[in-house]
Amino acid sequence: MTDSVNGVVPAASETYRSAASHLQAVLQRGRFAVTAEIGPPRGANISPIRRKARLLRDWIDAANVTDSQSAVVRMPSWAGCLVVMQEGVEPVMQLQCRDRNRIALQSDLLGAAALGIPNVLLLTGDHPRFGDHPDAKPVFDLDSIQLIWTARMMREQRKLLSGRELKPAPDWFIGAVENPFAPPLNWRAERLGKKVAAGAQFVQTQFIYDIGVFTRWMEQVRNLGLDRKCFVLAGVGPVKSLRALEHMRQEVPGMYVPDDVVRRLRGVPGDRVAAEGLKLCSELIAEVRTIPGVAGVHVMAFGWEDAIPEILERAGLTRRVSPGDLLARSAGGPFDESVLG
Amino acid sequence: MTTDLPRPFKPRTAAAAMNALHVVLDRNPLWYAVSVLLMKMPPLYGVFTLLERLVKYRLFGCRMCGQCALPVTAYACPMTCPKQLRNGPCGGVSPDGSCEVYPGMRCVWLIAYERATEEGRQGDLRRLQRPIDQRKWGQSSWVNYWHGDDEGLWTAEEDFDNAPPLLPVLSSK
Repeated sequence: MTDSVNGVVPAASETYRSAASHLQAVLQRGRFAVTAEIGPPRGANISPIRRKARLLRDWIDAANVTDSQSAVVRMPSWAGCLVVMQEGVEPVMQLQCRDRNRIALQSDLLGAAALGIPNVLLLTGDHPRFGDHPDAKPVFDLDSIQLIWTARMMREQRKLLSGRELKPAPDWFIGAVENPFAPPLNWRAERLGKKVAAGAQFVQTQFIYDIGVFTRWMEQVRNLGLDRKCFVLAGVGPVKSLRALEHMRQEVPGMYVPDDVVRRLRGVPGDRVAAEGLKLCSELIAEVRTIPGVAGVHVMAFGWEDAIPEILERAGLTRRVSPGDLLARSAGGPFDESVLG
Repeated sequence: MTTDLPRPFKPRTAAAAMNALHVVLDRNPLWYAVSVLLMKMPPLYGVFTLLERLVKYRLFGCRMCGQCALPVTAYACPMTCPKQLRNGPCGGVSPDGSCEVYPGMRCVWLIAYERATEEGRQGDLRRLQRPIDQRKWGQSSWVNYWHGDDEGLWTAEEDFDNAPPLLPVLSSK
């Protein structure tokens, strides 16, 4: 495995006091990072999260736990984060602005820091219209950039938006998302620039299927010098079936699957689509790894997490540090289970 | 007028004309005096605010957030975005430029981007917009602007390259 990310260690390492984030340490050392997404269940049961965390533990540096993704009610991200921590996996807590005003957002951020959740991913969130409660009140009191800015202020100025002081101040590795495939394409790198200016230290992208568009976006990211201020994790995910493909193309906002990918998946027999989707995903990972400025991959396989180890292995990404090493880190670190009582 | 759900609105005026008008309406001692006067006379303030509402609703689909961002969004109103995003488009814009919530309606931030590019004012979109004060809905943004209450609503363009000052804390009044 290559140990250099564009030969540059982002300046973030100097700007921020070292967080207890393993993900941040991996990125700052210039190792190609791997994160994956774990979706909490719809139901009061933690065993599905446990199972997914165990499955992925040896293969990833951190797991995102989604926050009622696609505006569908699920167990909260912070609860899922605690469960994956118990399994020795470092969590990334996703937090969106759709369901919370600035009071709740800051409160949840404090909770994350207090419980030792070392990474947060701050986003605007899908509109309720797409979810299981289209009749819900959309909050959007802050937008993603304002939330990132707020988190940075809480950490560095030790203050809430109200001006009240925080004792002690929280600390997290702050992440953002970006979609290089949504218009205006020529402004998407600048939008990431705004997030970086606001305080984002790493970014995970939308699913990449169009490598050409992604390559051009990365070029703009490098031209703005953003790859030296923020770690870019390329978002990828396998297509399991033609039905899933159609769902992605028609119903998921901000998804773009180019025609050649559609043709490739439709060109194989029905029972071979999943295998082809898996292969395609591995190929994409191998391809994005060669693009300068890409510091890692983020694998999203909602409902098909079982496929992730094979995808990574085929892409030439070996197992990560052993679970033993991960747990050894737990002393006073992000895996401190004492918080769970 | 503001009870309907926000949906993208295509401005009915050119950004160039509004930028020119802004020079006349920019903060100065005269407008400050006007704002003080209006604030002292509630009935007059009411009439003025109604006029502002009518004009800006017609031109921009204004929703009377009371803290206008139009001068730095090429006069496309971000509060007509269904997510009321102040800092640019979300990631859900369709390849054809449609709003994710209202397919067929053009994303208001895409409109802002196109108008700003045409005017050579893309730099305006780089400014970081701080969270709005939700208590100001229904107030006259012109009065708030002339009176100086909007100071710090967005950062300078240069802050894009150099980390911006930390968020200005809103006054608690």
